[in-house]
Amino acid sequence: MRQIEVTVNGKQEKIEVRPSETLLEMIREKLHLTGAKEGCGMGECGACTVIMNGVTVNSCLVLAVEADGKSIVTVEGVGSKEKLHPVQQAFVEHSGMQCGFCTPGMIVSGTYLLKKHPQPTEQQIREGIAGNFCRCTGYTKIIESIGAAAGNMSEGGES
Amino acid sequence: MEEYSVIGKPIPRVDAVEKVTGAAKFAADFSFPGMLWCKILRSPYAHARILNIDTSRAERLPGVKAVCTGKNFNGWTWGFMPQTRDEPPLAVDKVRYMAEAVAAVAAIDEETAEQATELIRVDYEELPGVFDPEEAMKPGAPVIHDYVQNNQSWEFHMDYGDVDKAFGESDIVREDRFETGKVVTGYLEPPSAVAMYDANGITLWGAKQSPYFVYRHLAACFNLPLNKIRVIQPFVGAGFGGTKNDSVAGDFCSVLFSKWTGRPVKFAYSMEEVLTTARRRHNMIVFSKMGMKKDGTLLALQQKIIAEGGAYTAIGPLTMYLTGAMTTLPYNLPNFRHDAYRIFTNHPVSAAMRGHGVTHTRFAAEIQMDMIAEELGIDPMDIRLKNAVKAPHETINGVTVKSCGLTEGLETLRNTESWQLRGKRATSGRGVGLAAASYLGGARQLGHQSCAALLRLCEDGTVNYLTGATDCGQGSDTVLVQMVAEELGIRMEDVNIKRVDTAVTPCDPGSYGSRVTILAGAAAQKAARDIKRQLSEFAAREWKVQPDELVFRGGKVFVKDHPDRSMPFSKLAKIACYSGSGAVILGRGYSQYGLERYDWDKGLGNPGTSYSFTAQLAEVQVDLETGVARCEDTILAHDCGRPLNPLNVHSQNQGGAVQGLGQALYEGFIMDQGKTRNPTLTHYKMPLSTDVPRVEVIDIITEDPDGPFGAKEASEGCIVSTPPAVVSALKDATGIWFKTLPVTPEKIYWALQEKNGTKSG
Repeated sequence: MRQIEVTVNGKQEKIEVRPSETLLEMIREKLHLTGAKEGCGMGECGACTVIMNGVTVNSCLVLAVEADGKSIVTVEGVGSKEKLHPVQQAFVEHSGMQCGFCTPGMIVSGTYLLKKHPQPTEQQIREGIAGNFCRCTGYTKIIESIGAAAGNMSEGGES
Repeated sequence: MEEYSVIGKPIPRVDAVEKVTGAAKFAADFSFPGMLWCKILRSPYAHARILNIDTSRAERLPGVKAVCTGKNFNGWTWGFMPQTRDEPPLAVDKVRYMAEAVAAVAAIDEETAEQATELIRVDYEELPGVFDPEEAMKPGAPVIHDYVQNNQSWEFHMDYGDVDKAFGESDIVREDRFETGKVVTGYLEPPSAVAMYDANGITLWGAKQSPYFVYRHLAACFNLPLNKIRVIQPFVGAGFGGTKNDSVAGDFCSVLFSKWTGRPVKFAYSMEEVLTTARRRHNMIVFSKMGMKKDGTLLALQQKIIAEGGAYTAIGPLTMYLTGAMTTLPYNLPNFRHDAYRIFTNHPVSAAMRGHGVTHTRFAAEIQMDMIAEELGIDPMDIRLKNAVKAPHETINGVTVKSCGLTEGLETLRNTESWQLRGKRATSGRGVGLAAASYLGGARQLGHQSCAALLRLCEDGTVNYLTGATDCGQGSDTVLVQMVAEELGIRMEDVNIKRVDTAVTPCDPGSYGSRVTILAGAAAQKAARDIKRQLSEFAAREWKVQPDELVFRGGKVFVKDHPDRSMPFSKLAKIACYSGSGAVILGRGYSQYGLERYDWDKGLGNPGTSYSFTAQLAEVQVDLETGVARCEDTILAHDCGRPLNPLNVHSQNQGGAVQGLGQALYEGFIMDQGKTRNPTLTHYKMPLSTDVPRVEVIDIITEDPDGPFGAKEASEGCIVSTPPAVVSALKDATGIWFKTLPVTPEKIYWALQEKNGTKSG
């Protein structure tokens, strides 16, 4: 076991982790943040996507020890029930989810995409979520949701 | 049209905020103090006798609390019908497919459990396997189950009209062989559950789209009365039929381990376990013979089906039924013969998947209809319009259609730019295809079929809604709450829907066959009317009017045509609950079928309550050098009766179409002597956001008399119509008919080579 120091959703944590423990296991089992999901455990499905030091990662492919000294944002840190992030709000309004299992990863990828490209083209949105499988929606409503969030955020920025 | 307040509106899902914030708890998100992890050991052989299992080394590993094998289930097996209960929780004497569950371990953590499975020693005697249904049918093929001959798992026959005479009267008769792919549902949440066995019986938090199936299986397997089985439904990471409608080895083993250890036990399958073992769609060979008159009138269809069943029966008999009984829609078909054979092989088990049974035969029939249209020089649109059924209609096998928007859907598509420009675009490799389909909603099977609703009125005018219906992602919780709110004239946020808890909610068959909106919806409507009836009696007394003169709307109750005599719903609720020494206001309702005929042996009668109709255009771009095809646009003109929540109906249809697109172009297991060569999502080739077109959905609104607020099914029809629409577009683009799914770039490339070679030669 080794102790690491990591900031998760703005909160500093000291956590004992096993050498083989993944970042996903750590945030789900040690911090009880179960928003990020394990779909495939091999970096294909994107359901475990979180932001580490400002960049999206598949947390199932990152060892917990690699997160030492780093800053992590999970879906729980994107917004709250009381104050949804514009991407979350758009997913609600445009029905950008069905079963909800891929949703935490989609929300994290969506917010990251809009940081990189505040006014993304449809193709940029598609590429921004190309690491996240969704089997329910066929992606149309997810793409619409992220596009709508971009519109709302830029309007908000102008006012 | 009656003006509704919430029905028919694009209202956000009731669970949306929980889902976007990550608060929604799925089965694997549950943990309890002292909880053990269960892991399964799986067979490395596709067909082998189990000679001996030695678990002693695994048992000695520190942290291991228990190990079980097939013998611990005392010979118990399960299956769809009494005569097909051929599947044990863990293999006992023999394994019949590679990765079949053989033993299981419970340990203090996941890693230890996994390590321990590797210490179990199983002695096998490998047997010759059979992996192709046509091979498996031959005399002398390896025998997979002793109780059947020639590996025939099930057969089903229909014969209506006079098919032979009709072929004689036809001007054109075609015979073709079609083949559908080995595809899987593709939910992202692997099966998972936490089990607890204590003095109260069994509690299971499980990822189930039909929690009452596992409820019955656990009662039978552990010999407990049903009132001791508590299956609690968390959020479910999608289902699409098959695995999550059934029990898996992990369910039985976790419960057994909890019984032995007194501790909660959890399992979560890996995606590799899903892709190597999960129930999948039957792949079918369809020999289709179709006869038509010169003017394009369909006279007869005869089909012989060879369906690969895999190692066990599961729900296969129903697949064989649907693959025949539903072929008589969506066109007038006066003569029909169907012979279906489900064949065991040493592959994972085939079962239900969205578009159950219908995808295969409709694909074959749509393409064959296009082929004949081409030979006759008839436009594909015209030939469909000529044969499309119109309501009211009764098929030759007694399927009754009371509403049908197919003709309107086809006419709508005819006017689109996509169809108008068909064949007129200069771009090479561009193609537009058309297909139509019908799918049942409100499915009927044998046995308990009813959905029920229980509404508990709280004294502040809010409502607790107990239903056995499961929202596995399709959005039924939202539409059911809309129905209750609409009936009672209250806000949706005043209706609190409870997820399934078999100790509390009424028994329900589950989510399959597009039954929830129609049947759980009918139950919800009745229960709400029951509440209204009781409240009306109080209000009527107050205002000295008849109960049926009262209107519930906008959070108020008022006397019809006298809006001045009005009170808030919440006030009436309080008056009613506090009447006398206090009252309990409960609303009850359950869906009921009529008594119309339904003959399981002959394929006669209604397999559903109502039928959706879909017309679809697909536009593809094929790279004629490499064979890479992309679907760049698709339009669905879909009749789901009345879309009760257009936002979610569109999303369902879009999802169904993209799943169908996967089957048409991308997805398929590559099997090699029983081994799955591509057990990852990427290599299985499930579509990503960059692979799919924008999917447009046009609502063709009909009012179905048997649906709540006129509703019929959505999305299953779309997964049926997509593969033929895409394959028809590929023909338009390349001049080649593809009869085997999926149509991969490799197949297109070689077909183009052959075509061009023939041309130059």
